[in-house]
Amino acid sequence: MRRFIILALVIILFALSLVIGAISIHDLTRTLLIQSRLPRTLSILISGMSLSTAGAIMQLLTSNRFVTPATGSTTEWAKLGMLICIIWIPQATIASKTLIALLFGFLGSLSFLAIIQHIRLKERTLVPLIGIIYGNIVAATATFIGYQYDLIQSIQSWTQGNFALILKGRYEVLYLSIPCLLIAVLYANQFTVISMGKEISHSLGVRYKTTLYIGLMIVSSISALVLVTVGVIPFVGLAIPNIVTLFWGESLEKNIVTIALGGGLFLLFCDIISRTLIHPFEIPISVTASIAGCLLFILVLVQRSRHEA
Amino acid sequence: MKPRTLLLILTALFIISAGCFLFWGLPVQAMGFILPRRVIKVTALCVTAVSIAISTTLFQTVSANTILTPSILGLDSLYLLIQTLVMFLFGAQTLVIMSRISDFLLSVGLMVLFSLALFSLLLGKRPMAVTTVLFLGMIVGQLFGALSSFFQLLIDPNEFLTIQARMFASFNTINTSLLLVSTLIVAFACLLLIPLVDTLDVLAMGREMAINLGIDHRRLSRWLLIGVSILTAVATALVGPITFLGLLVVSLARQISPTFRHRIILPVSALLAMVTLLIGQFIFERILHFSTPISIIINFVGGIYFLSLLIKRRRI
Repeated sequence: MRRFIILALVIILFALSLVIGAISIHDLTRTLLIQSRLPRTLSILISGMSLSTAGAIMQLLTSNRFVTPATGSTTEWAKLGMLICIIWIPQATIASKTLIALLFGFLGSLSFLAIIQHIRLKERTLVPLIGIIYGNIVAATATFIGYQYDLIQSIQSWTQGNFALILKGRYEVLYLSIPCLLIAVLYANQFTVISMGKEISHSLGVRYKTTLYIGLMIVSSISALVLVTVGVIPFVGLAIPNIVTLFWGESLEKNIVTIALGGGLFLLFCDIISRTLIHPFEIPISVTASIAGCLLFILVLVQRSRHEA
Repeated sequence: MKPRTLLLILTALFIISAGCFLFWGLPVQAMGFILPRRVIKVTALCVTAVSIAISTTLFQTVSANTILTPSILGLDSLYLLIQTLVMFLFGAQTLVIMSRISDFLLSVGLMVLFSLALFSLLLGKRPMAVTTVLFLGMIVGQLFGALSSFFQLLIDPNEFLTIQARMFASFNTINTSLLLVSTLIVAFACLLLIPLVDTLDVLAMGREMAINLGIDHRRLSRWLLIGVSILTAVATALVGPITFLGLLVVSLARQISPTFRHRIILPVSALLAMVTLLIGQFIFERILHFSTPISIIINFVGGIYFLSLLIKRRRI
């Protein structure tokens, strides 16, 4: 039932997002719709769905509710990869940029997993703290390189999530995250199982290592694809899965559709706000998503820590 | 090593490095011009180092955790946001003309308010875990970061350079009157700490034990946290964010010091911080002639050291 309600909301916002913009609905031409509006709305929906799912998977892989690609250093590694690619191969295509970002993201999050599995931690919030610190170190490296090449402002402009530049022909690589989502649906149950630890998953007949690598691959592909086409959109992967699991439990197989649709809904909503607040101009979506997601997540965090206290 | 020997060695190192910094390659003809500038720089380095080292140690004592630092609380992003907003609202001219003192006091005041609001969650009726509060601080910090990068996009590139100069800790453009104010604040905080050093040892044993031994844990923690927020804010506003310096020097201090008693560990970490910054800046500026801000390197080295520490300890 709840899936249908969310789906209906997604459809309503999708339609709304198509008709909002600098040019009013009466003057809307077919070309405009196909060249600009539809690509934009589609890419918002896809990014929202994939970021939210990637967050949920990362949370299960690390058995921690607060670790997402953003707090588990995947995004920072992918950014570093993209920066290196831009400096060394300036004429690189979107596909090769994505590939390098993906590679860095995958290896980087693997190293983060190795670190946190190596240490025994008393408190659960320490894991994302270490993740963020680890991400900061990677970011410091990127800043160091960027400073040498005078690229700091340019890094900031291409990492800031923004859908305004999405046009037909510039975003299609984002469609690659749809197969990732499908694989995630297939493996949803396995991810839930491996979140309970190596021993339990072995005794339940799930291959721990293989599933872990598949999960990480999905997470880093999604992060790289969204980073290269849109930029960084914070908090989707953190806030949405947390809200869904707070209400409907931990099983990813049951919730994956809700989580994905919830992410899409959230981003569509943020984008509409971004475009209407200072109409006919717009605010980058990373800002609206940060504010909305941050507030939502703080509520969740306070709820959870009350729950445990 | 005996604590006294350690302190003596560190003091000697400090004097040597400060001496090197002041007198290395000093042309005799231009002494009257160059020496005062170098003195200002050394003072700024020392004030920053001391306030970061002391605030980190105190924070670790209050939170009974040796891998945390108040620098990751999101204060640096708040500072950047304030600077960006001032720049955005009034333009670069204002930021340059605007009396540095009022800018400084505005930033410090807002940062202290912010960290006190966060710390109040630690001390309320139903206190939250320290890590949760830090995490919360980081989340809000990311929000500030998003807001400032949004405004930075709107600023024109020339004005952005002024902001970029403040994004990284820099000891090259220190304002004398600011330095005076910060020195006074830090010195005052250190003086207040002197009668407390032994009580801090009891506090470090943990909440229950401290209460058992007759310490008003909540009151003392509250005062210490106020001190921590002021010191962190002053260091950030004086030179800019250096996230990992505190972690680096305090963990180093805990490794080389034979005792964790505060009367030893506080001066050891303060001295270590000064020596690290002085030597680091010296090598960078005079020997390598690097233009990279030292904070980037410290964050890098400190971060790697921190990770190796985590991996070695295996249990937190």
